[in-house]
Amino acid sequence: MQMPVPDGAILARRDAIVAQLRAAVGAGTVIDDPVEARAYECDALSAYRCPPLAVALPTTTEEVAAILRLCHAEHVPVVPRGAGTSLAGGSMPTADAVVLGLARMNAVLDVSYGDRQITVQAGRTNLSVSGAVDEAGFFYAPDPSSQLACAIGGNIGMNSGGAHCLKYGVTTNNLLGVRMVLMDGTIVDLGGPMGEAPGLDLLGVVCGAEGQLGVVTEATLRILPKPAGARPVLIAFDSSETAGACVAAIIRAGVLPVAIEFMDRPCIVATENFARPGYPDCEALLIVEVEGTPPEIDEQLAVIRGIAAGFSPIEFRESRSEDESRRIWLGRKSAFGAMGQMGDYMCLDGTIPVSALPQVLRRIGELSAAAGLPVGNVFHAGDGNMHPLIIYDANRPGDLERVEALGADILRLCVQVGGCLTGEHGVGVEKRDLMPAQFSDADMEAQMRVKDVFDPRWLLNAAKVFPLHVSASRREGGRNAA
Amino acid sequence: MRPESESEIAAILRTARAPLTIIGGGTRSRPASGDVLSTRGLTGITLYEPAAMTLIARAGTPLAEIEAALAAENQRLAFEPPNRADAWAGGDPRDGEDVAPGARREASTIGGVIAANASGPRRIQSGAARDSLIGLRFVDGTGEVIANGGRVMKNVTGYDLVKLMAGSRGMLGVLTEVALRTAPVPPASVTLMLRCPAQRAVPAMTAALTGPWDISGAGWLPDLGVVLRLEGLPGSVALRARTLSARLEPFGAAGMLDEAAAAWRRLGALAAGWGPGAEDMAEDMAEGAVWRILCRPSQVDALLAANGGHEPLAMDWGGGLVILPLPAGALPALPPQARARRLSGAMMDLPLPDPVTARLNEGLRARFDPRGILAGAI
Repeated sequence: MQMPVPDGAILARRDAIVAQLRAAVGAGTVIDDPVEARAYECDALSAYRCPPLAVALPTTTEEVAAILRLCHAEHVPVVPRGAGTSLAGGSMPTADAVVLGLARMNAVLDVSYGDRQITVQAGRTNLSVSGAVDEAGFFYAPDPSSQLACAIGGNIGMNSGGAHCLKYGVTTNNLLGVRMVLMDGTIVDLGGPMGEAPGLDLLGVVCGAEGQLGVVTEATLRILPKPAGARPVLIAFDSSETAGACVAAIIRAGVLPVAIEFMDRPCIVATENFARPGYPDCEALLIVEVEGTPPEIDEQLAVIRGIAAGFSPIEFRESRSEDESRRIWLGRKSAFGAMGQMGDYMCLDGTIPVSALPQVLRRIGELSAAAGLPVGNVFHAGDGNMHPLIIYDANRPGDLERVEALGADILRLCVQVGGCLTGEHGVGVEKRDLMPAQFSDADMEAQMRVKDVFDPRWLLNAAKVFPLHVSASRREGGRNAA
Repeated sequence: MRPESESEIAAILRTARAPLTIIGGGTRSRPASGDVLSTRGLTGITLYEPAAMTLIARAGTPLAEIEAALAAENQRLAFEPPNRADAWAGGDPRDGEDVAPGARREASTIGGVIAANASGPRRIQSGAARDSLIGLRFVDGTGEVIANGGRVMKNVTGYDLVKLMAGSRGMLGVLTEVALRTAPVPPASVTLMLRCPAQRAVPAMTAALTGPWDISGAGWLPDLGVVLRLEGLPGSVALRARTLSARLEPFGAAGMLDEAAAAWRRLGALAAGWGPGAEDMAEDMAEGAVWRILCRPSQVDALLAANGGHEPLAMDWGGGLVILPLPAGALPALPPQARARRLSGAMMDLPLPDPVTARLNEGLRARFDPRGILAGAI
C-alpha cells in the first residue's frame, strides 16, 4: 500500500507549525511528543501505520476553525479522526499531516423529544447518543458493530450502517443537519428541518465523503421511540442456496424484519467451538429479528414460520425468553472473535443484490479453494452486505499478499454481479486502488469536482478514496500553490 | 428536442450553445426560457427484482407506469410521490370539472419526481425520495455521462452524488436513469381521524409520534382534522389503533376514517402546492400566495401566531411541513432555521441561508455546468 511522499518542507517547519497551533488554541490541545503521537499512527486497520506531524484535540467548533485556518494558510494536510475505529484506514495519517481528533468533543447540546431530534458534538460515541435519550424511551437507530467506541463524526464520514438498518436505514437516512468547518476555517451549517435546506443537498454529499469535504463538529440526528420489544428466531438449512432463497422470500412477503443475519458452515463451526451458542449442525443459518409488542411479534413470526416451512428448514428455533434470545445472538456477535481463533483474518465488506447470493457464495467457495485460503461468511443478508473473512497466517511470508489478491477478486466479483466494493466500512486507503473496478474515469472525476469546491487545495484527508494516480494532479496542484 | 437515448442527450448537451429548459412530465417544472429538452423519449423499466426490492428505470418513464408495475407485485415506492390529480380527488366540488386528473397523473415522470425530491406523507417513517434512491446516471452540463451509487441499499463506495442529484432540479445534470429501493405493501392499513383546528393539531400528532406506534403518516386537513396512519399486519394494526386511540383521548375522540387512501393522496398533493386553495390562489395572485414552510413541529405554534393566525391549507410530517396562505406581498415570518418556498405564482425560494452555502452551490454548478447550459433548469 502506497502513500504520497511526505512534504519535506512541512517536516522541516514542524516546530514552527506546532508553536503556531499552540498559540492559536492553547498548549493542552496540541500533542507533538513523538511517543504520545504514536497513539494516532493508525486506526483499526492497524496493518498500515505512520506517526503524524502532530495531533490536535480541540473542544469547540471555534478551535477546530482556528486549527484548520492555520493549516490552510501553511498548506499543511489535515486528517480528521473520530474514535479511530475505521476498518479502511480512513483516519490513517501521513508524516506531514496534523491529525484533528474530535474525541474531546462529546457533549449533548440539545434534545427535543417533541421534534424527535438530538444535537451532539461529533466526538460523542454512537451508543452514548442512544444512552442520552434511553430513559425517555428513545434511541438512535444506526448501530455499527463498533457502536460502543465509534464516534458520530466518523459515522457521518463513512455513512455507517449496522445490523438493524434493514428497517431504519443508515446514517444518511437519520441525519438532519451538521455544523461543519471547511478547510479554510469557514464554519457552515448544512441541513435543517426534515434534513432539508434550499438549494442542493450538500448534507447528503458530506455524509459518506470520508472526511474529505470538511470537519463535522456538531450533528443533529433523528431519534425514534423505542419499540415495545424484540425477539429473534434461528432458522437452519442444509444448504447456503436454500438459506439465500428463504431471505428473498421473507423480504418478498412484506414482513420487514429489523435484521436478517446469515452465517455459513465455516463460521458456524468456528463460533460453536469458541462461544458454544448451541447452534444446530447445518450448512447455513439465518437469525431473523422482529420488533413490537408480544402479540405483534407472534403475528410476524407466524408469517415467517410459514415462509420458512416452504424451504424445509432443519430447525426453526423461536426464542421464548431473554436468555434464549441472547444465545441466538451469541454466536453471531462472537463470529469475528471466533474466526480470529482460527488464525489471522481479513474482513471484506462488499455488497451484492440479494438475488445473487447463491451464485456469489458458490464462486467465493471456488476462489477460496483455488487460493488455498479458508473463507467464512457472515453477513447482513437482508441488504446484501457481505463480510467474507479470509483466514491466514500473518507470520508466513507471502500470505498477506495472497490474502489481498483473493480479497480483491471477491470484491471484483461483488461489482460484477451488480454490487459494490464497500457497504459500510468505506474506501479509505484499503480499497482506494479498486475504485476503477466500479467507477469510470468520468465517474471519479465528477466526485473529485465536489472536493475541488469544498477543499480547493486538497489538504483534507486527500490521499484516501481515489487511487493516488487519479488524484495526483489535484493533490500536487494544492501543494505547488504553497 | 425529444432524444430517445442517453447518448443523444449527451450529444445535445455537448453541442448546445445556449441554455436549455429540461422538462420531464411538466408537473413540477418552473417557468423557464430556451429550447426545451424533453426526457419523455427516454422510457422503460430496465430492471425490476421484487425479491431484492430494486427497480431501475429510465428517467422519462411515467410515474404511473412504475406504480402499476410495482402494484402488480404488491410493492410500492415508500416515499409516496405526490400526484397533481390527487389534489382534486376525494369529494372536492371541482372534481371532474375543468381538470383532467387522468391526464395529469400520467404526466409525472420518475426523473421529475427525483429531480424535485418529491415526497409524500410516509416521509416521516420511510424518508424522502432521496432516501429510496440508491443509484443513478446523468449527463452533466458538458455532455459527460456520469454514474453514481448502484442497485444495492448499502453502498459507501466514493461520494454519494445520488443524494446531491436528488432534489437538484436539473441544476447539475440531466437524469437519464434512476435505481430505486421498493417497499412491500403491508396487508393492513388503518387511519385514525381527530377533528380539531390547526392550532391544536401538533400536540396530538406529537403524542402519536413519540410513542411506539410506528406511524406511517401524520398530517392535518381543514375538513378532516388530524389524520394518523398505521400500516402492517392486521392484528398489529388493530392493536396499535386501539392503544393509540387511548393515548389520544386527552385531545378528543379519535375515529376511524373510511376512504383513507384518497385522503392521504389528497394531503400529499396539497402539501406539494396543488389543488383547492393553492391553485386557486395561483390563478389570482391578487388574493395572495401559498408558502411551503419546513420547521420543527415545536415551532408551529409560534409560526402560525407570527403570521397573523391564518389557517394552513394543510400540514404534514407531524407538523414539520406547513402549507400556509399569506396575503399578497407578505413574506412569511419564520422561526429560527425554518425554511420557506413560495408555491403559487412564480416559484420563489427565499435566499440561500448563508453566503457560504451559496458559494458552495455556485461552485458545484460552475463545475458540473461551466457553460450555463442547464441554467434554464430552475
